[in-house]
Amino acid sequence: MSTSSPSSSTSKSAVPALAALAAALVGIAIAFAFYVAPEDADQGISQRIFYFHVPIALTAYACFAWGAVKGLLLLWRKDERYDLESYVAIHQGTIFGSLTLLTGSIWAKASWGHWWLWSENQLVLFLVLFLFYSAYFMLRFSIEEGPRRANISAVYALFGVVLIPVSFLAIRLAENIIHPTVFTRDGPQMSGVMFLTFCIAWLAMSVLAYALYRLELLGKRLDSNLRELRELLT
Amino acid sequence: MSYLGDVATLARKDLRLELRARDTLPAMLLFVVSTLVVFHFALPEGADEVAAQGLLWVALVFTALLGLARAWAPERESGALEGLVLAPCDRSAIWLGKAAAVFAFLSSVELVALPAFALFFGSVDAATVAGVVLASIGICAVGTLLAAMAAASRTRELVLPLLFLPLAIPLVVGGVGASVSSEPARYLAFLALYDAIFSILCWASFEYVVSE
Amino acid sequence: MSQGEYVAAAYGVVFVALLVYVAIIAAKLARLERETAELAELARTRHADV
Repeated sequence: MSTSSPSSSTSKSAVPALAALAAALVGIAIAFAFYVAPEDADQGISQRIFYFHVPIALTAYACFAWGAVKGLLLLWRKDERYDLESYVAIHQGTIFGSLTLLTGSIWAKASWGHWWLWSENQLVLFLVLFLFYSAYFMLRFSIEEGPRRANISAVYALFGVVLIPVSFLAIRLAENIIHPTVFTRDGPQMSGVMFLTFCIAWLAMSVLAYALYRLELLGKRLDSNLRELRELLT
Repeated sequence: MSYLGDVATLARKDLRLELRARDTLPAMLLFVVSTLVVFHFALPEGADEVAAQGLLWVALVFTALLGLARAWAPERESGALEGLVLAPCDRSAIWLGKAAAVFAFLSSVELVALPAFALFFGSVDAATVAGVVLASIGICAVGTLLAAMAAASRTRELVLPLLFLPLAIPLVVGGVGASVSSEPARYLAFLALYDAIFSILCWASFEYVVSE
Repeated sequence: MSQGEYVAAAYGVVFVALLVYVAIIAAKLARLERETAELAELARTRHADV
């Protein structure tokens, strides 16, 4: 089994720096979200949830896309290293996806008084994706480790990324046949400062996700190195 | 042998096996009718016909799952999947042949299910039939590949529904929309789009699902 | 709950999730420390035998 980590033992890992950067950006984003950005005229203070809810959602999509890219690379280049990277990316995506559902639910309760709204297309999409990617883990952990599992995981990751737009379209179409909604929402009209806050929060979430991704990869590679070491010693 | 010739041979083999064994098809038929009867009791008093239309799709999806669980059983039981994979045909032909056979089974079941539904719940119009046909293509294409993935798993009967249902959601939306909405064409077009996109994806990726 | 409290709850959820993550990493680190200590012991005895 190849222990394919791009950094040798003498080079420093980027993870601590990434984590520090993520911490700084998240701090700045929170400061902007609460102190700099003006209060929204229509929605009031609950609109501030959006500054994190939407970036978290976008970051989740990015993680799933990254996982699919790594999966494609695995199928194409057949380098085992991509399997772990794809898995960790999808794992991060699922975590951020769960946070999307949680923050979205709180926002729905704050704005409309219900913990769940079938009319919120983004929330419904994330629910479907959450089901899909949860099944990814069920599948992966019921197959023996090896190239077969890597291939199957990669193909499933590709299906996921195709499912995202198809599901979105389906949910849009479903709006007309599932109970017509009383709640309509206009997207928040964002002023310049609001948009800046949103961008900072988005950058913060992206860097955070990347830092967590690299951190998890580090941990998993460490695990496999130790396993190999143990096999060599016993 | 030509590509389509391979596909036809593989599909014919499955149909012949089922005609001899006669285990999957009768079970699916009985299942779908039983499910429809259960739905009658599950619908509360005063539930409208529109709700019943939705239940048709639930019945179809779960009946398809029943059939898909057995889709690769002949290959699994005789260890033939490894042999097929080594055979000189394109591996995507294996998927296409199997999906075609599953489609034939599902269609036979639908030939009974739709009249039964019409009998129990009210009429079935042309848009519904078109929706059923288009959705079945998607179900068989995606389901066959997912069943092959599940076949590699320790918990195959458990994991197949988990894999299949999220991907079936757009099909249900399309199908119910075609039955219920005043503009079925939009939903039928969506079903066709789903079928095209996912069939291509399945066709291209099947060989990776079965190979090491 | 007032609107402001919901906002706090949303941010709080994200924060708690992060803390949970830190806890998981900490547990993993502890386990890795134990494993490397074991392996170091194994290597030492191997080295002594050789």
